[in-house]
Formats: sequence, C-alpha cells, structure tokens
Amino acid sequence: MKKIVRKHPLAVRWFHWINFPVLGVMIWSGLLIYWANDVYKVGFGDKTLIKFFPQSFYDAFHISFRLAEGMAYHFVFMWLFFLNGILYVLYTIFSGEWRYLMPNKRSWKDAWLVLLHDLHIRKAKPPQEKYNAAQRIAYTAIIAMGIGSILTGLAIYKPIQLGWLTVIFGGYKMSRIIHFALTIGYVLFFVIHIIQVIIAGWNNFRAMVTGFEVIKVGDEPIQVEPLPIIAPPEAINPAENKDDVEIPELKN
Amino acid sequence: MSNFIRNIFRSNKKLTVNEYIVKKTITSFFLLFLFFGGCIWAWKWIRRQPPDKGIQQPVRDILTTNEDVFNKIFSKKHLAKTYPVSAAIKNVRFNGSIGLGNDFNPETWKLYVIKKNGDTLTLKLNDIKKLPKVDIIFNFKCIEGWNQITYWAGVKFSDFLKAYGLTEESHMKYVGLVTPDEGYYVGIDMPSILHPQTILCYELNGKPLPMKEGYPLRLIIPVKYGIKHLKRIGTMFFSNNRPPDYWAERGYDYYSGL
Repeated sequence: MKKIVRKHPLAVRWFHWINFPVLGVMIWSGLLIYWANDVYKVGFGDKTLIKFFPQSFYDAFHISFRLAEGMAYHFVFMWLFFLNGILYVLYTIFSGEWRYLMPNKRSWKDAWLVLLHDLHIRKAKPPQEKYNAAQRIAYTAIIAMGIGSILTGLAIYKPIQLGWLTVIFGGYKMSRIIHFALTIGYVLFFVIHIIQVIIAGWNNFRAMVTGFEVIKVGDEPIQVEPLPIIAPPEAINPAENKDDVEIPELKN
Repeated sequence: MSNFIRNIFRSNKKLTVNEYIVKKTITSFFLLFLFFGGCIWAWKWIRRQPPDKGIQQPVRDILTTNEDVFNKIFSKKHLAKTYPVSAAIKNVRFNGSIGLGNDFNPETWKLYVIKKNGDTLTLKLNDIKKLPKVDIIFNFKCIEGWNQITYWAGVKFSDFLKAYGLTEESHMKYVGLVTPDEGYYVGIDMPSILHPQTILCYELNGKPLPMKEGYPLRLIIPVKYGIKHLKRIGTMFFSNNRPPDYWAERGYDYYSGL
C-alpha cells in the first residue's frame, strides 16, 4: 500500500529550479570578471595550496579576456537572482514554511548527530521531520549567504553611493573577498547537495519535482480496526447481515 | 505499458494511488524539462541578438535601465572616502597607453573647449592652474578589479566650468573628452562631472603629471571606474546625446559609476 505525502509546495519548487540556472549564469559571469584581477589564493607563508584559478581552469571554461561580457551579464542576471531570492524568503515567511527551515534550539546538537550518522559513525537515526537539523542549518545558511552576496555585491558595485555598505563589510577589498568566498561556498554547497540527493534517492529527488513523497504503508495485509462496541453484544440483532458493516477507510 | 500511460491521462479516469503517482511524476518532470528547454532557448536567443556596441541589445538595454535605477541613489553628497597623504602609493600602477600618442608635443598642447554656440575656447595649462587648487587622495578603482590609494591635485571641474563661463553648458546632459591624438575618448554624465571630487588634474603625488599618466592635464573622477579617468585631455565638448566612449564601444557599461 502506497501513501502520498505532500512535501514541497509548488512555489518552493519553482524558486528552487529557477535559482539553479540563474546562479549558474551569475557564477559564470562572476568568473569572467574575477579573471581580470585573479589575485586570490589559499596558503601559508610563501606556500600556495590553491590558486584561484590555474590557467588550465580558465582554458577549460573559456574564461580569459571576457571582462566586459562578464560584467554585462552579471548586472543583468543579478535582478533575477535578487527577485527569486526575495520572493522565496517572503514566501517562506508568509506561508509559515520557515518553521521547517529555521534551525531551532535542538538543531545545533542534532546536526552533529546527523553528521555522525551520515559519516556512518553513529548508527541511530537522528530525528528527521521535514528537514533534519543539518538540513535546517544548511538551508538557512544558504539564504544568509545569498543575502551576503547581494549586499557585498552592492558594496563593490556602488562603493561610493552605497559607501556605508562597503564600510560595514570592511572596505572595498574585503567586500570583494567576501563576495568571492561566498561563491566558493555555493559551489561547495552544490557538491554536497548533489551527493546528499543521490544518497537520499529517487523518492526524495522526485519530491522536489512533483511535490510529494511516496511512503509504503507496510507490506502486511491491511488490518481493519474492529468497530467500537456501541452496545452490548446481545443487543445486536443477530439477523443483521454482517457484510453491511461499514469498514472505515484507511486515512491517508 | 503504453496502454497504462494512455489510460491514466484520460481526463475522466478515477485514478488509483499508483496511477496518480505515475501521472504526476510524468507531468512534473515534463514541465521541468520544458522549463530547462525554455532556459536554453532564452539563453541562445539572447546570445544571437545583434550587438549594440559590443554587447547583445537586450543586455545593453538592461545596463541602461540599471543606470536609471542607480542614478536615483546618486548624490553629490556621497563622497569617495579620502585618506592622508601618507596612505598614498608612490608607484602608481600604469595600466593603459591608449590615447597617449608618441608624437605628442607638450610645447604646443592646448585645451580646446567647444562651447554650446560652436565657439572654441583655447586654454593653456596656466589658465587652469590659476584656479583654486584642490587635493584628492582616494581609492582609485580599476574596472579590472584592483584598487590603489592615489594622490592627485588639480581644479574642481565645477569651478572650471564657472570660471570660464560654461554655466549654460553645465545644464547639458553629457561632457565628452578626447585625447589630442583622438585615440581615446570618454563620455560622462553631467551629475558625475559636477560631483565635488571630480577634478581636472595636473599633479600626481605633488609633482606635475608624468607623461604616461597624461601630462599635462587629465580627468580624475572618483565616482567612476578608471576607464573614465581620461589621460591627456585635448578637446572638451558638451552634448545632450551620449558622446562616443572608447570602452563602452567595446562592450563595457557606458555609465560605469561607483
């Protein structure tokens, strides 16, 4: 017996899937811009661990000498990124969906249990609900990151007219670093997200497309609960046909 | 199988749970693929639009809209942050020689200002230097993404316009600047030109401008990216239409305001 459980509202599914190509264009055009002054690296002392980015990376994605194009597309698609993001946030607020998404008091402790479970260190399953504790933290953090990208983006885009914003983020250079680091954050999020979706399987993935999950309600034959006894047995007319007794339907 | 699928898409069919799952899954994924197909189609459509000055027309239109939107927050009261002289870098990054033609003769340089009525005002460097001098030490921002704190001095553009009777011109929408060799040219909106930190600059780090920084006179306009800070001004004119702009013709945003 299968049971349909509504999971993601239509609006959330649209916001999710629209964000995918829009963020893709933002990251691509951002790379075209970053190339023109590609000074960031991770390392210590004179040792460089990761250079953003090696020439082979630029070559593979045809990044070089396209600054003007990158800026143009970045400042067009920023509107879609912003609108989609703001509508999603407003939707979660007004629909009450935020209750499933925001971390609560228990989430910080439970997220640790989720991590241990996912890494196969701890067997016991942590409480799942609609989103488990780690998901709550991840899906809220990604919204905070989105807001961070928009604000640091504005701080770089209009560092004089919106100079107060640039000051908040520690100046022009720091705003650019944060803006870049957040993008690396999205890419890491994306990688983990994809792995988790693959592990979680078809039913979970389908829910982000159809909106529902399918739950198996036991393989054992359907058990019909006995009728509540209303009157003592002897009061029931023995002549009454037992087949007419209404069987309560299984509630979904 | 195909019978089963045909069956569940009959409109008057009462569906079992299983049929409902299959039907919804098919329609939802179909819509998702349609959406992705639409995205790809829209992308290809944008990419094949004829370019307007190096960038596809619809993209250029939105850049122009951005200009209107962000012009609303533009205020002369929003100043670029200024720094003490000690913060200024000594070796200023040299990043472009376009417009600095080799056959330039500093002896014969003059600034030609074409007035609204068609007259040309011809000025020497001393005509500019005799106006009140202002310093500006600010974070110069290149469109490539780097920035440097640099120390410049010259005459406020707004003072210059007043001193040479160009008030009528200052009510026009744009200023155009061109190098003597006509190799480099910019167009700048009047509000940005009238910004109090915009200067006609003749000094860098307290000394006359080096040749490669645009000797004898260049534009310093902190509210714009470096591409608008034209080196070596030869001709200045005023217009209600956008003057030609070297980098805007090569796909960059015309406004390029900060």
